Amino acid sequence: MRDTLDTTEEISTGRRQFTQGVAALGGLAIAPGVFLYHAAGAKPDDQAVSSQQRWGMLVNTNNCHEECDACVTACNEENGVWSLGRPETDAQWIRKLNVRDRQTGHVTSMPMMCQHCEHPPCVDVCPTRASFRREDGIVLVNKHTCIGCRYCMMACPYKARSFIHEPLQDQLPHSPRGKGCVESCTLCVHKVDQGDNTTACAEACAEEGHEALLFGDLNDPESEISKRLEKYGGTQIRADLGLNTGVRYQGI
Amino acid sequence: MLMFGTVAAGPENIPPPKAKYDEDTLCVEPVEIMRRQHFEYILDHRDRTVIEGIRTKKHSLIGCIDCHITPNDEGVYARYSQETHFCASCHQFAAVRIDCFQCHADRPAEAIREALKPDQHARRPVQELLETLQFSTAVFTK
Ligand code: SF4
Ligand code: SF4
Repeated sequence: MRDTLDTTEEISTGRRQFTQGVAALGGLAIAPGVFLYHAAGAKPDDQAVSSQQRWGMLVNTNNCHEECDACVTACNEENGVWSLGRPETDAQWIRKLNVRDRQTGHVTSMPMMCQHCEHPPCVDVCPTRASFRREDGIVLVNKHTCIGCRYCMMACPYKARSFIHEPLQDQLPHSPRGKGCVESCTLCVHKVDQGDNTTACAEACAEEGHEALLFGDLNDPESEISKRLEKYGGTQIRADLGLNTGVRYQGI
Repeated sequence: MLMFGTVAAGPENIPPPKAKYDEDTLCVEPVEIMRRQHFEYILDHRDRTVIEGIRTKKHSLIGCIDCHITPNDEGVYARYSQETHFCASCHQFAAVRIDCFQCHADRPAEAIREALKPDQHARRPVQELLETLQFSTAVFTK
């Protein structure tokens, strides 16, 4: 895992420019340290998302427990990702990995999901542009245009995507899913758009008292996630691929 | 027009919508326009929602379902596979086959959550699930 350590890369090329922009627009400050764009967490329904935000996640593997899968259960519940009784083909938006160091025997436990890459290979290969990156950094499949070719599944270095092989029913209104399309973690886009500023997995992890998952805006230097990343750093898995992932890990 | 007029009179056992969106137009747009062109509004809106993250309710499919799909006297919400489902009642009459509800919820969230209660959850035997789905395609071939 040594070559995954890359602490030098900028989280987003837009970040530095953006903070400079805010400094220039000092008049927008409501009070010291409080800027208008903070309100953007709960954007009005009729407003399109913008690249002012880049949503991301920080996973502190030191807090993640080997036997706990609260994040996985919460994700399945939240998005209606039910098992059809065949684990080989069941969809999986988030899964737990336990990595054992053969030398020391130390086990590192962590959740793995779509890393919401800034340069996503899944988007590069999609013939219909169904796989796309939203302005705010969330990578999604537009199931209206997905033809189910599964190129994106092949291209994703993190095995983050699943194909739906069978007809489904009783999908949840905010999480449409169905046969013939590829899907993956949406970073709880429906929650993000209503300004929850968290995801189902992060909430569940906090409820367990583990606090291993932190959701937030990587473009906002005042957000908890940015502050922690600035202070302690965060590793990208397979940083060598230069994808600038929105999901960062600590303790690996 | 005549055809749609007949449907408006339609099967009587379809529960009425939750509310009038507007006293004059009744629905989000005038009823005559909605009957003929609702899909164009939904189509336009879906791209705004999926790609741009615009979440207004007015022309959203969730908004349609929330208002139009209401429980019958026994408190049961119709599925799209049943004639008493608001959308299905007209689509069946007009011989329109759509695939919206292969992915989208055909009932409001509260009805889906009810159907997903642990005992009747989608983890039910696969055979049973497949039978239900066969039924839902059967309506269109009968
Ligand atoms: S992790 Fe995989 S699915 Fe997610 S954005 Fe990157 S390449 Fe695409
Ligand atoms: S499976 Fe769908 S999203 Fe993936 S590459 Fe093919 S068309 Fe694009």
